[in-house]
Amino acid sequence: MPDSTLVGLHHEEEHHPELLHHFADAQQQRDASSLGMWVFLATEIMFFGGLFCAYLVYRRWYFGDFAAASKSINMALGATNTAVLICSSLTVVLAVWAAQTARRALLIGSLAITMLLGLTFLGIKGIEYKDKFVEHHVPGASFSFENEPIPGHPGQFANPRHAQMFFSLYFVMTGLHALHMIIGLGIFLWLFVMAWKGRFTPEWHTPVEIGGLYWHFVDIVWIYLFPLLYLIDRHP
Amino acid sequence: MSAHSSSTASPLKGYFAVFFALLVGTGITVYAATLDLGRFNAAVALGIATVKATLVTLFFMHVWHASEKLTKLVVIAALFFLLLLLGLTMSDYATRLWS
Repeated sequence: MPDSTLVGLHHEEEHHPELLHHFADAQQQRDASSLGMWVFLATEIMFFGGLFCAYLVYRRWYFGDFAAASKSINMALGATNTAVLICSSLTVVLAVWAAQTARRALLIGSLAITMLLGLTFLGIKGIEYKDKFVEHHVPGASFSFENEPIPGHPGQFANPRHAQMFFSLYFVMTGLHALHMIIGLGIFLWLFVMAWKGRFTPEWHTPVEIGGLYWHFVDIVWIYLFPLLYLIDRHP
Repeated sequence: MSAHSSSTASPLKGYFAVFFALLVGTGITVYAATLDLGRFNAAVALGIATVKATLVTLFFMHVWHASEKLTKLVVIAALFFLLLLLGLTMSDYATRLWS
């Protein structure tokens, strides 16, 4: 029934092809997309939040054992990975800016460098995991953490069962984070292909913005994981 | 700086400033971990991490310039519920041994 009244208000020729009917303008459409992504990220915050909560409880209970276990992880690799992720966050924000300002070469280049940095992160993570396997620090039947001194308490040694709790949290939290990185790489590969085909314009580049939000979120998780897992009690 | 979508004002300076602040923050975090600050080691590490996360959220994720207020509301609501989860859990475990 309302069709006849609405037809007169509809100016098809003024529509940008990427603007969907139910949005007033491109700005509203972009805001709706980023709002949706933020709601998803809110669920991700609670997802990781549960793990951080478990970590805090056990760290309070077994502080000395956690400190001893944390000391066995390679801090230099963790710090390097933090820097790698910060660099990738810069290239992501450059990619979004390039899409906004129609700089195709910068967009494609930034997306490519972001993927390279993401792969570098995973490679370094793999070296770290390999060290843990070699040292029998992976929770399970072959786990071993004997005679490891507790920092700041001479003559005291970590309880292997408590240390195993630390390594369980270490592998689950960094593993879940690495899974997010892998998914992020998939998203960025798709963005790269789309950018290569020239699909993004200053009017419509929502996927770059949304994918960027996801990547930055994964970076923020690492910003907390690094001090919590690698730097518990490092002073000599 | 005006809105990030404006083509006249380039936000690049701000992006690089945040980038260097994040790198410096990482350096300070690693350095502070080698100092004996007693119980403040964790507070310093988490404080710097929170400053870094805030910088990423506000400037890299464009929350500062978000034109839609609902976005800011979702961010604040998510943090509120995270703090509720961590705060209430830890206030329980921290007070269990009180006699």
